[in-house]
Amino acid sequence: MAFPMDPFSCPPLWTGGPDPSGYYSFPQIQSRNASNFKGVSAGLKPQAHSQYPITTGTSVFGVKYKDGVVMAADTLGSYGSLARFPDLRRIIRVNEHTVVACSGDYADFQFLQEIIQQKQIDEDINGGGVTMKPEALHCWLTRFLYNKRSKFDPLWTTVIVGGMQDDKPFLGYCNYIGVAFKDDLMATGIGMDVAVPIMREVLDKKGVNEFTLEEAKDLIRQCVRVCFLRDCRSSSRFNMAVVNKDGAVVEEPTVVDTNWDIAKTIKGYE
Amino acid sequence: MASTFMADLPASGFSFENCKRNAFLFEKGAKPPTTVKTGTTIVGVVFKDGVVLGADTRATGGNMVSDKNCQKIHKMAPNMLCCGAGTAADCDKTTTMMASQLELHRLNTGRQVRVCTATRLLKQMLFRYQGYIGAYLVLGGVDSQGPHISTIQAHGSTVNTPYSAMGSGMLGAMSVLEMRWRPDMEEEEAKKLVRDAIAAGIFNDLGSGSNVDLAVIKANDQVEYLRGYELANKKGERKQRYDYPKGSSVVLSEVKRPVIVESTQVRQVAMDTS
Amino acid sequence: MLGLSSPLMPAKPALPDYSAGAGPVEHRFNPYSNNHGSVVAIGGSDYVVIASDTRLPSGYSIMSRTQSKLFPLGEGGRSVLGSSGCWADILTLTRLLETRAKMYWHEHAKPMSTGALAQMLATILYSKRFFPYYTHNILAGLDENGEGVVYSYDPVGCVEKFKFGAAGTACSLLQPMLDNQVGKMNLAHGNPEAQMDMEEALNLIHDLFVSATEREINTGDSIHFKIVTKNGIEERTIGLRKD
Repeated sequence: MAFPMDPFSCPPLWTGGPDPSGYYSFPQIQSRNASNFKGVSAGLKPQAHSQYPITTGTSVFGVKYKDGVVMAADTLGSYGSLARFPDLRRIIRVNEHTVVACSGDYADFQFLQEIIQQKQIDEDINGGGVTMKPEALHCWLTRFLYNKRSKFDPLWTTVIVGGMQDDKPFLGYCNYIGVAFKDDLMATGIGMDVAVPIMREVLDKKGVNEFTLEEAKDLIRQCVRVCFLRDCRSSSRFNMAVVNKDGAVVEEPTVVDTNWDIAKTIKGYE
Repeated sequence: MASTFMADLPASGFSFENCKRNAFLFEKGAKPPTTVKTGTTIVGVVFKDGVVLGADTRATGGNMVSDKNCQKIHKMAPNMLCCGAGTAADCDKTTTMMASQLELHRLNTGRQVRVCTATRLLKQMLFRYQGYIGAYLVLGGVDSQGPHISTIQAHGSTVNTPYSAMGSGMLGAMSVLEMRWRPDMEEEEAKKLVRDAIAAGIFNDLGSGSNVDLAVIKANDQVEYLRGYELANKKGERKQRYDYPKGSSVVLSEVKRPVIVESTQVRQVAMDTS
Repeated sequence: MLGLSSPLMPAKPALPDYSAGAGPVEHRFNPYSNNHGSVVAIGGSDYVVIASDTRLPSGYSIMSRTQSKLFPLGEGGRSVLGSSGCWADILTLTRLLETRAKMYWHEHAKPMSTGALAQMLATILYSKRFFPYYTHNILAGLDENGEGVVYSYDPVGCVEKFKFGAAGTACSLLQPMLDNQVGKMNLAHGNPEAQMDMEEALNLIHDLFVSATEREINTGDSIHFKIVTKNGIEERTIGLRKD
């Protein structure tokens, strides 16, 4: 315990461990810089940041239509190959103009979510109207994620920011390295290989300016369905989010329709 | 016993005589040569009266396109074709080798060869090489049992499904198939579907490109090979001509060696007409 | 001993040492991604043309078909940077350059000269010598006489001034043809000092990208031109094949 005399201090996390409300000095930080540093010879393993994702979410999808954007992500949290958490929400509504969806490490997403929501709260308190529009948030995310990767401590996540930027639909992508772009359609992870071809085919025929909300929702549903069929880290239950001039709404989860009729036609060996 | 005048025929199969030397060279830092890969989109679907196979026509070596219009649908038997992805040489050689095996089998039995026979032969051969023969195949054909699509991985595993895609563009192609394939399609609809699946690979996968090849197989050895079914990409037109006037190359040095004719002889030889 | 000295904190006994994992920090993570891209620039007597393809690949997939890799630098400036390589680094580097050029503008009430920008870019690149910006840069602009110049860089800031240049994934396809057509290399009757006129330069760059797109899988979708003259910067986009 940090302060044994303090009646408000918490019990330690484990016997002899740190207590969560305590203050500590970190001697190894000083000794790392000191010349008498003996980390390796003392047989200690190097400290490693979490450099791979643990609980993960798979692809998210986003497409613009004439009055706004539609985004979707399924609700599965995978733990390696285990489908561990069936109801993780990976799309958050930031304000009436902006939603953010994440794939990759879910802990890193929650860490980001905390910061973004605190930024929004700060903004609400200051009461100067919405300044964190999607483009601003996207720009901030590119810097944040790039800086983390430059410290070799990346947030293992890929985000899609969607919303209305001064009455125009906005869709932006940023991954854990800081690679970012804006486009009319996008998907993360395996969705970039599976769903983007479908989206491009549809939007090449019909421009964004002709694309209606219903068509956009249909398209996104198709994308989620195909990804559910072919991505073994996905589930059939998904959230959809719509942002337009009326505001930002993250809808309750729905389930994609599937058809297993042809399964019975495949029989025998060879 | 080898004749003095004729070299020994090499033993059939692969030669491994350079393996030890190459391992040594590799250890010393020599880079092994790269092979041409068909970073590919190939597709096969079953329709009402048969199967449609499709392929793109780009072959790559790293980031460079080594063949802009290569053929990835190989002939296997009068009622069977096979699309190949992976290492180009392995696909070519595996399919030609199997084609001759199947032809011998057809002559021995006097019957049309079944698709499952080809599948079994291919998987048994590929399994022996543990994936080192990098042939990823989509085999399609129509036999006495009806139309079949069979997918064979380089390690020797096979899957039989009514529609299948392989190669680096398989994700895009497969999503088109998952959306639009249904049982008992008409021929034109199936061709359109395969074309769109290949196009998804061509336009969205960097390893696939150029044109769409199709092949339709129906009962009784009816094979329609549609090479260059669609020119999905038009080559950009150059705005200038790059002709070099005669003498553009600098002559750095010149050496003339006269041909000295010592004698001239004209001889007549009778034509061999035997 | 390290102590927290906050007015809110009452005096406490010295803090206990906390120890979890001590010692060196190991990092296994590739902070770079190769997003390819090609840039070509040709300078003439009163102009400079710079062009890039607009494909943004990641692995074997295309993230965007409409991403230009050209960045005009400085308020009212006459310089354009073309950059390819790790897209995250490009975004950061160009943002830094833009900011520095803007600061210069506010401080000196004139745009940065192309030469000054070229030197600044070299310095910034070299400052990251041991964690480089993985970018291949070409800076095109007009010099103080209004003549087109092209500065070519390696990722860690080696810079050289040319009249033309190519960088990026397809540069091994583009540069030889530039050397031959603009630099008149390997030609018996070519005059390397001759300036190319603008129309010819635009056509040549177009043809170069058409040819590179045929054989290089990461190049395609469209060409984005920026034409810099004393009157300003003009833009043009021409489609390429999309496979």
